[in-house]
Amino acid sequence: MNSEPQSANGDGPPLMELRDLQMFFPVKGGVLQRTQAQLKAVNGVSLSIRKGETLGLVGESGCGKSTLGKCAVRLLRPTGGQVLFEGNDISSLSRKALKPYRRDIQMIFQDPAESLNPRHSIGSLLEEPFLVHGNRDAADRNRRVLKLLDIVGLPASAIEKFPFEFSGGQRQRIGIARAIALNPKLVICDEPVSALDVSVQSQILNLLMNLQEEFNLSYIFIAHDLAVVKHISDRVAIMYLGKIVELGPTEEIFRNPLHAYTRALISAIPVPRPGQRRERILLKGDVPSPIDPPEGCAFARRSWIPCEPEELDKPGEFREVSPGHWVELHPATVEDYASYQR
Amino acid sequence: MDQDMLQSSEKATQSQWALIRRRFFRHKLGVISLATLIILYVVAVFAEFFSPYPPGHRNPDTPYAPPQTVRFSFEHGLHAKAQVPNIDPVTLNHYYTISDEVVPLGFFVRGEPYRLWGLFEWDRRFFGPVNSGNGDGESTLDAGLNTFFWLGSDKFGRDQLSRLIAGSRISLSVGMLSILATFLLGISIGGISGYLGGRVDNLIQRIIEIVNAFPQLPLWLAFAAVLPGHWSSLRIYFMITLVLSLLNWTGLARTVRGKILALREEDYAVAARLLGASHFRILFRHLLPGFTSHIIVTLTLSIPVMILGETALSFLGLGLRPPIVSWGVMLQDCLNMDLVDAYPWILAPVFFIIITVLSFNFLGDALRDAADPYR
Repeated sequence: MNSEPQSANGDGPPLMELRDLQMFFPVKGGVLQRTQAQLKAVNGVSLSIRKGETLGLVGESGCGKSTLGKCAVRLLRPTGGQVLFEGNDISSLSRKALKPYRRDIQMIFQDPAESLNPRHSIGSLLEEPFLVHGNRDAADRNRRVLKLLDIVGLPASAIEKFPFEFSGGQRQRIGIARAIALNPKLVICDEPVSALDVSVQSQILNLLMNLQEEFNLSYIFIAHDLAVVKHISDRVAIMYLGKIVELGPTEEIFRNPLHAYTRALISAIPVPRPGQRRERILLKGDVPSPIDPPEGCAFARRSWIPCEPEELDKPGEFREVSPGHWVELHPATVEDYASYQR
Repeated sequence: MDQDMLQSSEKATQSQWALIRRRFFRHKLGVISLATLIILYVVAVFAEFFSPYPPGHRNPDTPYAPPQTVRFSFEHGLHAKAQVPNIDPVTLNHYYTISDEVVPLGFFVRGEPYRLWGLFEWDRRFFGPVNSGNGDGESTLDAGLNTFFWLGSDKFGRDQLSRLIAGSRISLSVGMLSILATFLLGISIGGISGYLGGRVDNLIQRIIEIVNAFPQLPLWLAFAAVLPGHWSSLRIYFMITLVLSLLNWTGLARTVRGKILALREEDYAVAARLLGASHFRILFRHLLPGFTSHIIVTLTLSIPVMILGETALSFLGLGLRPPIVSWGVMLQDCLNMDLVDAYPWILAPVFFIIITVLSFNFLGDALRDAADPYR
C-alpha cells in the first residue's frame, strides 16, 4: 500500500510502527473442517505511534480495531505485515522471545469485571506482573503494589480486598494499575471507558492523561465514542472494514473531515445544546462482510457522494492531502475528488 | 450477596465455600451419607481394633456358622447363645443348634494381641466375646470355645465381620488411591488438551475416544495376564489401582478440557498471558481455581466406580488374590450358587459395597447441588 504516514513534525523514529498489518482468520466449514474463506479482520493497516502521543482508533464494532490492538500487543500473531517496536520486528516472535517486550507493551481491557480474576485479591493481582518478571522480594513487591494503588488513587486497604468489592470505576483503576505496573512505554487501551458510567468515564480519562504526562506513556486508544476520542487523542485514525480510511491530527479530523465515512460518524455525535442540530448523514445499506470483502474501495457503495458506476470497484488511494492528514481518496469517498488529482 | 459485600474481606474470601457448606448441610441424605462414610473409613483405619478376631484366624470346628444375635439379660449382661455344630448326614451341609450355654460379650475386651498399623502393640478390641483364661500368655483363641460370629463365618470358620473390616481397608482405599491417579492424569491431560488446543487437543480427544471405546473386561483380562504371579500382594494392589485409574481418567479429562476451553479466553486469562505469565501459572493460578468445586464433585462421583471396579476384578479372580482380604476377594466364595443358597450370610460384603457406593453417590449429588450456584 503505502509506507507509513510519518507525520510531518515527527521527531525521531516512532515507538511502534505497523507496516501493512494483516490479520486473517480462516473460516472453516464442512465435514473436514477445511478452510473455506478468510475473514479479513485487519486488511493492510500502516500506522505509527510516537513517544508520548495518544492515537485514537475509531470505528464501528466489527471493523477490526480490537483485533488490531491485539496484534499490536502480540496476543495474536498477525498473518501478514510487520509490527515494529522501537525498530525491532516483533510480529513473529515466539512466546519466550516476547517476554521482554511484555514489560514495554501493555493493555487495558474494556470490562474490568472480566479482566480481573475474581478469585484473587487486589494485592495478588497487582503483584503478579512483578512475580512473573522475576521479582522474588516479597517486601519490595508489596511496596510497589502500594505505590501503584496510590498512583491510581485507591486506598492502601484495597490490597486485601477482592475485585467484586469495588465499583466499575475503581476496578478499572485496578486494571490500569496492573497495566502500568512494569513501566510500559506503550499501552493499548481497548475501549477502557465504554463499560463505565458516563460520570466515571471522565475521571478515568483524566487519570489516563495524568499518567501519560507523568510516565511519558504512549496510548493507542481504541473507542467507538468519538467524543471520548476527541478529548484524549493527539491523532485519530478512522477504521472501516479492516482498513484505515482517514488519519490525522485530532483537531484537523474534527474540523475538516474529508472521508465520507468520517463525516457520517462525526455527524452522529449528539450535540449537547438543545435546539441546535447537526445535519445527520445516514449511510445506505450495511457494512459488507469482512469475509471476502469487496475488491477496491469497500465504502464506495455505501457513500452518498455520487460516483460513476464503473468507478465503484476501483481501489481507493491512501494519500497525504495536507501535512499529517491522510485520507483514502476515491471518487465516492471525498467530495471534489478531482481537486486532489495531481 | 449484598450483605456479603459489606462484610470484611476475610469473610468474603471464604464466602463461596461457606455458601457451599451451608447448602450442603441442608441436604439431609448427603449429610447422612457423609456420616456413614466417615464411620466406614474410621473403622477401616483402625481395622485391628474394631475387628473381634484376626481376619485370617480359622476355626476348623465351626465352618459356615450362621450369624449370632446379641442378646441382653440382667443375669448375663450382653451375651450370645453358643452354637453347636452339626453335619447333615445326607447333604453334608453344616447346621447349628443353639445351646443354652452363654457366651458373654463386652466392649473393649481383651483379645488376640495385634500391632496397630504395625506400630503399636495392643490386645484390646472394640467388641467381642469375653474370654476366660487369658492373661497368662496363652492365646485367647485356643483357650476357650467362646466364639462369636455376628455376621457368621465362612468355609474355614473365619469371622466374617473381622474379614469385612479388614477388607474394607483395601476396598475403600483402592477408590481413594486410584482417584488420586485419576485426578493427576485427568487434570494434566485435560488441562493440556484444553489449554493448548489445536492439533494437540485433537489428538488427545481422539485418544480419549479410543480409551473409552475399549471393551473393559477383555482389557482387565489382559492386564491380569500381564501381572506376574509371583508379585507381592502390595505390588499387585498398586497395579490394580493404576489399572482402574488408567481406564477412568477420561471423564475427568473431558470435564477439565471443556472448562479450560471456556475460561481460556476470559479476559483475566488473557491479561495474565499479556503479562508474560508461564503456561503453568495461567493454568494453575488462574484457570483451575475457577472450577475446583466442579472437580471435587466429579471425583466424588467416580470413587464408587473405582470401588466397584476393584470388587469386580477381584471377584473374577483377576485382581487381588486370597491371602489379601478385600470385599471382592470375599465374594469369590459366592461363585457357587449352592453355597449362597445354604449359607446366605456369605453375601455380607455385597451389603457393605451397596452402602458405600450409595453413600458416595448421594454425597456427590449433594456436593454438586451445593456447589452449583445456578439453581
